Amino acid sequence: MARPPVEKANKRKYMLEKLSGRVFLFCALLSVISLLLIIGFVFFKGINPFVAEGYSFINFLFGDDWVPSEDQFGIFPMIVASIYATIGALIIGVPIGLFTAIFLAEIAPKKVAKIISPAVQLLAGIPSVLYGVFGLAVIVPFLQNNLGLAKGQSLIAVILVLAIMMLPTVVTVSETAIRAVPKSYREGSLALGVSHIGTIFRVVVPAAKSGILTAVVLGMGRAIGETMAVILVAGNSLIVPTSLTDSVRPLTTNIALEMGYAAGVHQEMLFATGIVLFSFILILNFVLAKISAKGGN
Amino acid sequence: MLKKFKTFGLVVIPLTILLSACTPSNDSESSNGGNYTLAISGSTSVGPLAEKLAAKYEENADINIEINQIGSSAGITNATNGVSEIGMASRDLKEEEIANGLTDQIIAYDGIVVVAHPSNKVDDLTIEQVKQIFTGEVTNWKELGGEDMEIVVVSREDGSGSRDAFQEIVGYSSGELIRNSIVASGNGNIKTTVATNKHAVGFISFEYIDESISPIKINGVEAKAENVLNGTYKLSRPFLFVYKDENLSEKGQQFIDFILSSEGQKVALESGVIPIK
Repeated sequence: MARPPVEKANKRKYMLEKLSGRVFLFCALLSVISLLLIIGFVFFKGINPFVAEGYSFINFLFGDDWVPSEDQFGIFPMIVASIYATIGALIIGVPIGLFTAIFLAEIAPKKVAKIISPAVQLLAGIPSVLYGVFGLAVIVPFLQNNLGLAKGQSLIAVILVLAIMMLPTVVTVSETAIRAVPKSYREGSLALGVSHIGTIFRVVVPAAKSGILTAVVLGMGRAIGETMAVILVAGNSLIVPTSLTDSVRPLTTNIALEMGYAAGVHQEMLFATGIVLFSFILILNFVLAKISAKGGN
Repeated sequence: MLKKFKTFGLVVIPLTILLSACTPSNDSESSNGGNYTLAISGSTSVGPLAEKLAAKYEENADINIEINQIGSSAGITNATNGVSEIGMASRDLKEEEIANGLTDQIIAYDGIVVVAHPSNKVDDLTIEQVKQIFTGEVTNWKELGGEDMEIVVVSREDGSGSRDAFQEIVGYSSGELIRNSIVASGNGNIKTTVATNKHAVGFISFEYIDESISPIKINGVEAKAENVLNGTYKLSRPFLFVYKDENLSEKGQQFIDFILSSEGQKVALESGVIPIK
């Protein structure tokens, strides 16, 4: 019973259609699988000392002493360092980034914007270790000489490097948000006699609020996860910082610094440090999702 | 039917590959033949060097060398009891250990140099002073005959073999290290940090010495390989193979002979320790 040729061709077409759908699905699944593998691996390794070897998770989170060779694992100084460094970078980076975005979107003549915009985007493409080298060669000696410090490797050096590093994220995302504000808002405000700058701060920025908040959270993620640049300028001392000039060891650098030689429990504790870091990122993503949901309304 | 198989294959085969890549295979361990197994155990500092020497030696000899890094004292005990044919130690033997009938053979030396900024006038310290610096008992160069400025201590990261060796020789533990010390990974990083900070003091391996930093003498003795070999430079330690003469097989003796040959000592030099010749 021979089928008509058209039906046969159609059948082939549908099969191919379905097959390519599966190929795409698999590609999409790859990233999910990677995520699950990474989470699984980090948690499997990191939880082990607490469930199997009787270490206290509370002591791990709030302990002041990190001396792996003497079986002491406390990451409190690093948690504090990570939080301080991130907040500090936000305080410096967000206003600069936001003003840059406003300038590019609202004020700058097209010619000027054409120079600044690519420059900011290029900043995002610089490998992070180069930021570290720049920090070590320029920022660290500068702080050392001008503040009369014994060592320039410090919290403030970390903050400065991170502030520069988060600029591209903050600028690009908030610029997009500002540009998305309908022209009629500006026209209405200007027509009522409000000045240009007044319009920007009273009308445009509030209207772009959720986009700008997204920019801030993304910048925060960049700051808290950064490793290579920080390792070179932080000094990596194991103290709870009490001043901007103290050298610090954020969570990320602790992992990168010691993973090379770590074995056994020491290595598992570094994975556990990774879990804490991961939790910070998860919280940030959760906040981000909340903001976007709000922005949608 | 065919369709289903294709989908199945698309998802399952890569998954299987992924998963099998995650499970370590132990096949390679047992397959590298050799009719004689030479058991060596001991110091974790000597271990990496011994591994390199064994790898080089196994290229041309029909032997399987098993190295267990379990610490100097355990290695010495194993050699005494005959559990291992050869023990590795990164410290001199104690008298009672020699009394147990152990023979020691120095296979190389480990040397570490304390370095400061070239502008620093302090160029000679005692081991006790080095200890005081790294434990934070002395915090100003003035107390050591230098300028009136704060000392910035630079250390390697916890777990590093150089750091373990330095602490062991100088005589302080990781917990005693001054808390606000800068921690840098790698010899090169320590060197750069010290070279760019006139307050700084750190320690590096011999082969990293150059003009960018100023090497500090220990008890008036310069950090040089010949001073390590003649025993005057104290920031060093011997790497030993220890064994009982009656337990040492011909194969074991041949391995030791290889280590002491110029070829073996070249491997030692390449792995960053001081050869005995």
